[in-house]
Formats: sequence, C-alpha cells, structure tokens
Amino acid sequence: MKSLSVPELLAKNRFELDEEESHIEVNQELVKATGCGRAMVACCPAHVYTQEADGTISVEYAACLECGTCLAVAAPGALKWHYPRGGFGIQFREG
Amino acid sequence: MTQQDASEETEVDFDVIVVGAGIAGCVAAYQLARQGRSVVLIERGEAPGSKNLSGGVLYCRGMQEVFPDFLDEAPVERRITRNYINFLNAQSSVGIDYKDARLVEPVNAVTVLRAKLDPWLAEKCEEAGVFIMPSVRVDRVLTQDGATGRRVVGVRAGEDELRAHVVVAADGVNSFIAQEVGLRARQPLNHLATGVKCVVNLPRETIEARFNLTGQEGAAFAVVGDCTESVGGGGFMYTNTDSISVGVVLRLDDLIAKDKVATEVFDHFLSHPFIAPYLEGGEVVEYGCHLVAEGGMAMVGEIAMDGLVIVGDAAGLTLNTGLTVRGMDLAVASAVAAAVGIGSALDHKDTSKVGLAGYGEAFFASSAGQDMKTYARAPGFLEVERMYKDYGELIGNVLYGVFNLDDKPREHLLKVALKAFKRSPLKIRHLISDGFAGGRAL
Repeated sequence: MKSLSVPELLAKNRFELDEEESHIEVNQELVKATGCGRAMVACCPAHVYTQEADGTISVEYAACLECGTCLAVAAPGALKWHYPRGGFGIQFREG
Repeated sequence: MTQQDASEETEVDFDVIVVGAGIAGCVAAYQLARQGRSVVLIERGEAPGSKNLSGGVLYCRGMQEVFPDFLDEAPVERRITRNYINFLNAQSSVGIDYKDARLVEPVNAVTVLRAKLDPWLAEKCEEAGVFIMPSVRVDRVLTQDGATGRRVVGVRAGEDELRAHVVVAADGVNSFIAQEVGLRARQPLNHLATGVKCVVNLPRETIEARFNLTGQEGAAFAVVGDCTESVGGGGFMYTNTDSISVGVVLRLDDLIAKDKVATEVFDHFLSHPFIAPYLEGGEVVEYGCHLVAEGGMAMVGEIAMDGLVIVGDAAGLTLNTGLTVRGMDLAVASAVAAAVGIGSALDHKDTSKVGLAGYGEAFFASSAGQDMKTYARAPGFLEVERMYKDYGELIGNVLYGVFNLDDKPREHLLKVALKAFKRSPLKIRHLISDGFAGGRAL
C-alpha cells in the first residue's frame, strides 16, 4: 500500500466545515515564552499546527480531528481549544 | 433526608440529561429509560457515532448483559479468536500467536467500528424512550448553591438551558464537563497517549487468507518495539469484516522526549516490512485519532458530585495491561453502575453526591471496577523504557543465534542467550526487577 501524506489521509474523511467560527485560538506570546509550539506541531496527528518562519504557530482548524492531543501538550493557557459547534467538524463514517 | 435536595424543588425538563452518545452515554441512557426515567441524550455530532473513534476491540460480555442479542443484532465486525503479541524490531519479529477455540464460544471480544456501532446503540435508546438531540454541543453545566455546596442542575447549549435531577457526563476523554466542575485536573503527559489510526479496506477473502481466519473469526495484533521507533506505546492491527483498523498509540511524554513526529511514527509502522504485506493492495477509507487515558486507576478521581456523575473515558476509565487494552468494556460497566446509582438516588429523592454514591459502589464491585484496582501498577510498569526496544531485540538476537546456521559450530541455547544478553544494554538486575514488577503489575 502506498504511503499517504497527511493531507491525502485527511482527504479520505468527511468534514462539515464551520466557515464562520474557528474552534482553536493560539496565544502566540505564551507559546513563544513556553516553547510548547514544537510539541503541538509534532504531536498533532492532523498537522493542524505549523511553525512559521517568524516563530508563530499558524492553525488549519478545518483539518482538526478533535482528539485533544494539542491541548494536552500545550502549556496551560497557551491554547484555547474546544469542540466545534454542534454538527460541525469531523464526521466519522467508520470510527 | 433532613434537608430537601435543591434539585427536587425546581422544575426539571428531564429526570436525567446524558451528555455524549458514545458507549457510556448510550448504555447509561438506555438503562435509565428502561427504569422508566425521562432521559435526554445530547450529542454534538450530526448523528450518534460521528465523533467517536476507538482502536477497535470491545470485550463484549458486559454489553451482552445489557443487550442479550448484541452479537446477532449489533453491527459488530469480527469475533476475536486470534491474539498475536509481537515484539517488532527493525530487522526481526518475534511473536506469540495465541489462537483458542475457547474464545469462539462464548464470544469474548469483537472488533467494532464506532460510526456503525453507536448509531445502533442510539436506536436502542430511542426504542426505550430516550429523547436524542444530535448536533447540539453542550457549552457548560448549570450549577447553583445547594444544601451541600455547589450542585449541577442542568446544562447550557447556546441559548438553551435544560434542567434535570442528574447530569451524566459521558463526554469522552477530554471531558470539558469534568474539568469545569473540578472533578478532573490537568493530567501529566505520562498519563496520556495519542492514538493514530486508519481504516484500510480489503476484500474479506483477502483478510481471511492473510490473517488465517474463517467466517466471522477475527485477529487482534498488539505490537511493541521498532514499530513506534521505541516510543512508549505500541502498534495495533485489528481485522474488521472487510477492512483493517491499523495504527499506533504513542505516550505523549515519551513522544516529546524522543523528539518524534506522531504522523511519521504512524507511517513508519504502516510501511514496516513486517506490517506492510498485510495491508498490500488496500485502500485507506478513513484517518482518525483519539486521545487515550493511560493512567489507569491513578487517573480516576471522584466520579460523582451533587447532581452529576461521570462515566467512561470522561472518568478516566481505561486500562492498558500491556496485553489487553480496554476502554469500551469499562464504559459499559460504568454506565450500568451509574444507572443503578442514579435510579436509587432518584427513588430516594436525594441526588446529592451522597445519594449518588451507589454508582461508585456498584462500579468498583463489578469485575471491571475490580480490574481497575488489580492493574493499578500496570501503567508505571509499562513506562519502563526497556519494554519498547531492548527486550524485543534480545529475544530476536537469541533466536537469530539459534536459526542462523552459518559456518560456525552451534552452541548450546544457554550460551547463545548469554552472549546476546551481554551484547544487549540489559542487565541482570533489569530482568529481575522487571520480572518482579511485571508479575505484580500485570
């Protein structure tokens, strides 16, 4: 079986995108101060987080699989993460 | 009761509000509805199951007690008759292949796909009279000061408020409710793992041929070692009817300490030369992940307060014994116990923490609850670094010495083993201490 990139894997899923509201908010100062950005980038199975050249963390919330790993590895307060609004986000067909 | 319970005086919309239509939520709602309680089951996904993902093995005896026809009626995949425990090194693989006719009947474990199973559970709830509200995210619980302190009286979702005598938080491993009410503190990273999984479609004949199965038989592979690039955790491969659930579970403290990328470890496992042939020709149909509570008993704190109980993953009820990885059966057991405790509390018109104590009593008296205590030392034992690299390589090297008939004369097995042991970073004291700790923990 050909190995698939994360975007290719995510393309297999069904998402109900909430175009009006992101459920993720990064506190860039706190991430920088605590250095937890690296762990957020490395641990997220959906590659939601990317470290930009200027050191800030950008967020692709539409890809989120809603596992909560990022919240567990982020320093307290560095990340505001809750579930998407009802009916939005990942909709598993297999699970 | 000397002091009238606060919630008994106010108007309620339902006897019980259950938040989250996973296994714990559905079973709790079902059991309560069958007692004749009015129950609402709130689910944030479009439909029950759409947010839910598991590795895939459900130890099903508890579920069969709730639904006697579970195995025939529910959309389960395969019945596990083959457990394969595998030390997977970069170049070698050593396994214990355990197949047993006694696991065929009575059935002990089945593979499930939650987006298929959970809608069936929700349907059973509906038949029993549960009112299901999909696509609704509970934002927070409603509390008020009661006779014995702060008590939960309902939930808020957007502009809407619903009130009940008891709220059941079945909102999963991230339980925002348990955190909000202070029943769950932030967990250390060695208590948490991230599970990364995909479902690979293959024709059922191909699966049966590759895994040596017939009919409804299924296989569960538990893999440790190079499969996770030595990160604490392991790989798994479970057969469904016409697909394979395959992935890794990575302990977060170790993943970060070893500076690995979760998706790269996942890819490494799937493309490992000893794993890839099982998946050859398959098509990935879904990719998902799930945070896994690995702390065992140490993660389980208070599971009830005035007006609220927490069940399943939300209560930290998962158990990794190294050989069996359990969560869904504990969800069932906690939900059944919660329904008993809540029923008794409602009958006595005391839904305070004290009134709800029957839940904890029933759960820890159940075999699942006792297992949580029996295996309380397992998580610490499984954090021993040597499990994920050194032991597998040692066994592989001993066997290599036995089977590799090169031009040198053979040596007795004991000598081969001692030589391999000397080359390994393992010391006698490790064998003794790990053997002793393992014997006590597992």
